[in-house]
Amino acid sequence: MTDFLSWLSPSHYGRLPFADWVQWLVRDWLVPNFRPAFQAMQWPVDQVLRGLEAALLAIPFPVFTLVLLLLAWRFAGRGVALFTLVAMLFIDAIGVWAETMTTLAMILTAVFFCAIAGIPLGIWSARSDRVAATLRPVLDIMQTIPPFVYLVPIVMLFGVGMVPGVIATIIFALPPIIRLTSLGIRQVSEELVEAAIAFGATQRQILFDVQIPLAMRTIMAGLNQTLMLALSMAVIGALIGAGGLGLTVYTGLGRLDVGRAAVGGVGIVLIAIVLDRITQGLGDPSLRDGTWTFSGSVRRLLGLAPPRMQEKLGT
Amino acid sequence: MPAKLSMQGLYKVFGPAPEEAVELARGGSDKDEIYRRTGSVVAVNNVNLEVAAREIFVVMGLSGSGKSTLVRCINRLIEPTSGQLLIDGQDVLQADEEGLRQLRLNKVSMVFQHFALFPHRTVAENAAYGLKVRGVGAAERRAKAVEALEAVGLGAWADALPANLSGGMQQRVGLARALAVDPEILLMDEPFSALDPLIRRDMQNELLALQERYAATIVFITHDLHEALTLGSRIAIMRDGAFMQVGPPEEIVGAPADDYVANFTKEVDRSRVITLGRIARRDRPLLAPSEEAAAASRKLQDAEVQGLLVADSNGKPLGSVSATALLGADPAVKVEDIMERPALTGERDTPLAAVLEAGALGAPVALLDNQGRIDASVDPGDLLSALAAARAEDQNLRVGGTA
Repeated sequence: MTDFLSWLSPSHYGRLPFADWVQWLVRDWLVPNFRPAFQAMQWPVDQVLRGLEAALLAIPFPVFTLVLLLLAWRFAGRGVALFTLVAMLFIDAIGVWAETMTTLAMILTAVFFCAIAGIPLGIWSARSDRVAATLRPVLDIMQTIPPFVYLVPIVMLFGVGMVPGVIATIIFALPPIIRLTSLGIRQVSEELVEAAIAFGATQRQILFDVQIPLAMRTIMAGLNQTLMLALSMAVIGALIGAGGLGLTVYTGLGRLDVGRAAVGGVGIVLIAIVLDRITQGLGDPSLRDGTWTFSGSVRRLLGLAPPRMQEKLGT
Repeated sequence: MPAKLSMQGLYKVFGPAPEEAVELARGGSDKDEIYRRTGSVVAVNNVNLEVAAREIFVVMGLSGSGKSTLVRCINRLIEPTSGQLLIDGQDVLQADEEGLRQLRLNKVSMVFQHFALFPHRTVAENAAYGLKVRGVGAAERRAKAVEALEAVGLGAWADALPANLSGGMQQRVGLARALAVDPEILLMDEPFSALDPLIRRDMQNELLALQERYAATIVFITHDLHEALTLGSRIAIMRDGAFMQVGPPEEIVGAPADDYVANFTKEVDRSRVITLGRIARRDRPLLAPSEEAAAASRKLQDAEVQGLLVADSNGKPLGSVSATALLGADPAVKVEDIMERPALTGERDTPLAAVLEAGALGAPVALLDNQGRIDASVDPGDLLSALAAARAEDQNLRVGGTA
């Protein structure tokens, strides 16, 4: 029966050399022709990463902890601040402070590039249905393709090390910031945009006066998601030579050293929780009546009260 | 005087085949048929209008009649499909992007049904938005915004956020935002529809006062006939994208062009819409104060009226005498000794309802010219018969409406 129907399956007639095609495309075409271009793309990532890592490693433990504590307190409240203090003390106590700073430098670099690429792309796709339709399958692929698959071409094009690790992280963490920026801007009430147009606002004024401020909460949620995805790439990045906590976990795995792996894992989890709470606090709806503003956040950071809310008057 | 705003043969079609739909509409096809044949919806169908400077032109229609689309065509928030649109004689539809922006910045501003205030900006920043877009400096635009806010009675709320204000107050901010730029034309898209009836009435009165002060030409959209009658110097009744009738309130109510308009107006209290100017007459005799009652009675009977006005030699009103007073008086007594002082006076646009007590007293109402002389008069008999006619018309319509 199965033999009888086998003429219907393509493998009956031989195998499509898809693997060979991709191999050829990457190894024999992309790498020899474009390696210098890809190498050049590394440069800005490398600069930011190096600067950040050097700075984070140079800041003494107590100073860094204090600053993070302050941020946590201002944006996320007393509980999170307390948690941050305990988490930082614990990370230092288990002996992975330097690795944590390296990981932090990597993910902050990745998030930085995700934001400077992702927010404009998100805005563009909010304004053009064609761009949105083009971007969507690309983002779908970025989100569903297992990172292990693109580690190979990344190594071929960029080599091994921290920077290729960051580049893999960028690819993995980019989609949410684009999607949520686009969503946030598309969700801004049509009537408000219409009002701005009716008063003669230019596209640029509409974007900066109305759309971005009102989309800021959603954009911040996207940034938060991107940050979390970047953190989850820490271990995978270690496979291609990125250091930090991921490397601690990876070596623990290689030697079947559960304790070592757990030390790295706990470090990643703690830093993830702290960063998640702080960035969620950034988009806090209690700032200026449901809308994020830069000045509101700064005011809050400096300890100045946000504008007082009057009670809503009866109609 | 040239029209401030005029439209000729304006069409707006939504859908895949706008040109074809306009052709069919010009050929007389109706909305449903055009939709069947082209899949396009004619939202504005051959609208012609002329709005004079400082006029309040009200477009009234039910939802889906195309009135919101029409008002958005004026500042091209919605691009008309075809036709001509002139503001101060300038062709708006030919304007390029920059010309259009200048028009929106300097001439035409807008108030929205759901206020459309920016929630992240304070009341003053909202009111100043048009000026900010114009590039006015921060201090000056704050001053102008606060001035506009004071005009709408919200001076104290400049630094509050819109969410802290009630609906009526929010729409005042919307109005202040539109007025702060000193617009020549104010487009109002159902601005009071989302408000409570009491607040709505306040806002209507306030709008009339503000219009005097800012001297703007207003195009006002509403689905509420009473609002239209209160505010409009002229009203257009819109249905399926086309104007069914355009005219002053009393004409809409007094002489509806068709059953559709009549159906709308049947619930209206006509005594509040029909004005003295409509029933006043110039052929009624005047009495001199020194005339004797006997002569006056003869004039009264000849004119078949229920009362006469008494005027001085310049034609200025001194008082009035009713038929009852004249017939009961000594024939030799002088009119000035039995007349009621002063004479009741009214304006040409005073609604009948405002002088009903004159009818009850049997006293005529004088309409004065701008020198204060009697120009025309309304006899109580005319008043009552006009009211009776209006009432009969109402009843006929109700009977017709239920049949």
